[in-house]
Amino acid sequence: MAAESHAVDLSHAMFTQPVAFADWLVIAPVVTTIIGGAICLMTRKQTTLQPWIGTFVMALLVAIDAALLLRVVNNGPVTMVMGNWLPPFGIAFTVDAFGALMALVGAVIALTGSVYALVDVRTLSRRYGFYPLLMLLMTGVSGAFLTGDIFNLYVWFEVTLISSFGLLILGSSRPQLDGAVKYAFLNLIATTLFLVAVGYLYGVLGTLNMADIVRSVRELPDAAPIGTIAALFLLAFAMKAAAFPINFWLPASYHTPRIVVGAVFAGLLTKVGVYSLIRILVMLMPENRAAMSDIIVWLAIGTMLSGVLGALAQNDIRRMLGYLVVSGIGSMLVGLALGTADAVGGALLYAIHSMLVMTALYYLAGIMRRTGGAFDLAGLGGLYGANPLLAGLFLVLGLAVSGLPPFSGFWPKVVLVEASLKAGEGLLAAAILLTGFLTTLAVGRVWLFAFWRGGPLGTPDGAEHLPTARVPHETRLAAYLPVFFLVALIVWLGVWPEPVFAVANQSALGMVDPSAYLDSVFGGSE
Amino acid sequence: MRTVIFRTIAPFLAAIMVLFSIFVLLRGHNEPGGGFIGGLIAASAFAIYGIASGVAPVRRAIYFHPMGIAGFGLFIAAVAGLPSMLKGVPFLTGMWTAIEVFEVKVDLSTPMLFDIGVYFVVVGAITSIALALEEREFD
Repeated sequence: MAAESHAVDLSHAMFTQPVAFADWLVIAPVVTTIIGGAICLMTRKQTTLQPWIGTFVMALLVAIDAALLLRVVNNGPVTMVMGNWLPPFGIAFTVDAFGALMALVGAVIALTGSVYALVDVRTLSRRYGFYPLLMLLMTGVSGAFLTGDIFNLYVWFEVTLISSFGLLILGSSRPQLDGAVKYAFLNLIATTLFLVAVGYLYGVLGTLNMADIVRSVRELPDAAPIGTIAALFLLAFAMKAAAFPINFWLPASYHTPRIVVGAVFAGLLTKVGVYSLIRILVMLMPENRAAMSDIIVWLAIGTMLSGVLGALAQNDIRRMLGYLVVSGIGSMLVGLALGTADAVGGALLYAIHSMLVMTALYYLAGIMRRTGGAFDLAGLGGLYGANPLLAGLFLVLGLAVSGLPPFSGFWPKVVLVEASLKAGEGLLAAAILLTGFLTTLAVGRVWLFAFWRGGPLGTPDGAEHLPTARVPHETRLAAYLPVFFLVALIVWLGVWPEPVFAVANQSALGMVDPSAYLDSVFGGSE
Repeated sequence: MRTVIFRTIAPFLAAIMVLFSIFVLLRGHNEPGGGFIGGLIAASAFAIYGIASGVAPVRRAIYFHPMGIAGFGLFIAAVAGLPSMLKGVPFLTGMWTAIEVFEVKVDLSTPMLFDIGVYFVVVGAITSIALALEEREFD
């Protein structure tokens, strides 16, 4: 590999240049959301003002992340070390195209969430801090995508976790507390395992800076127990990412909170886990990833199939969506299992697709509940007759999540199947295709019961029992606008995927061969 | 806990503890102390006052909602990293300046601003928890 021979001269890192103003984009997502969250926390009682602050900050975040992505794609990875403590000792934020792209899509999800919350989050929940928590959640998520320090990654995970606890129990109903306990318990175990693994890693390498870890791992003697550490990281992040067989916390908790919270969680949280898996196992410890490749293949197959079979078995739409989130994680793990640039790029594309589609599906489930009066398939019916627009949106998202053209799910699957076949993993390719087929069935079931049937279970077919409820006029725009926006992105990704493909390829290459990343941290080897 | 002795002493004790917490906060840069421990001392002052006199007087005394105080601290701590933008050095780099107050040199710095932010976050968060716990007991 070309990366093996890439020499790093540490002394270059000791020269400091003035930080260009544009480099502040590296830290801007985190600072903006912290300041926005703090202002929102101080003005918690102005419940009419909160959505405006929230939406403004999230729109700003999208703009910042877009500018950051543009800069990274054009100029290569950017590094900023906090407090001018030089690498490898100071905490570095190093942004490459992979992280910047994930951060941008995450910000888009959060922006739609802060708009949709106008429908879903009423005055009391605003007083209990929905918007501050959402912004601090974005601080954690952005920080995790942008940081270049493995302990700092742990800190951002904690920030994300604490904010997500708060969001999960907004409303304080009994099922929510039940779901939150399972969620909190499993995630705390995963975070603790992560911390233990970081401790061991520091014990072996004496460094926490990711670029320095890449360098040090290559120089380790054969007897170093780095394989054990890699396995610990795999376990910790697989739990975070809801990979089979440690994924039961996700379907047990994601259906309990408000629909907008479920949507944002489905779009963001598990993907941070997948991102960390790829960052640590593909970039930092490629040899150990290769050694565990066979295990990860089975993890991926198990996650895909257990997710989609669970989705087929559910009658509650929110529970079904929870299982579909799990199933999507399996497809992303394919990229990790293969570890080639193609496959990692495919996983990144799939992650983007899954973030957009799952969030939109949750929003749509919320609108279906407001129109049809239930989340349960038995209680829904006649939505096609009542609201053809809703049916059209659902059809687009259903086809997209199943991976059918011309929507965003098609291309990542093509890339992943091709990469699997190229690597000789026919079973993996078959699992991806079978999962796509079963997902179509699961979505088709919802379509059949909720949209095509004349009314809820037990009513005669026909137009007499069509639901008449509507999303109230004043919040209709806030309910549909996020969905339209996400559907537009999904169609765009399906019809004209070239720009995103180009960025994803560049990201994946940077992940497999991190020379540019190292140069960015240590000041170049020229 | 509402004995006459405790109720009489508690306000004075709380006042002294808050004063001491500010002292601990400000000496923290070079000597033991700082925002976190200072914040804990101030929060325990409010907790003691709450145990002695009930939660309502404490809420009246600190005027702002504890979570609002924590938000203010978070705001200050984040803003403390920004002045380094003007100097072309990375986020959170320490900036120092000195002013003369009555012929005494006083060092001012962004780390101090950050520490004050930490102080308010800790005061706000811990007081919020303590008051919530005390409220339950007397309900």
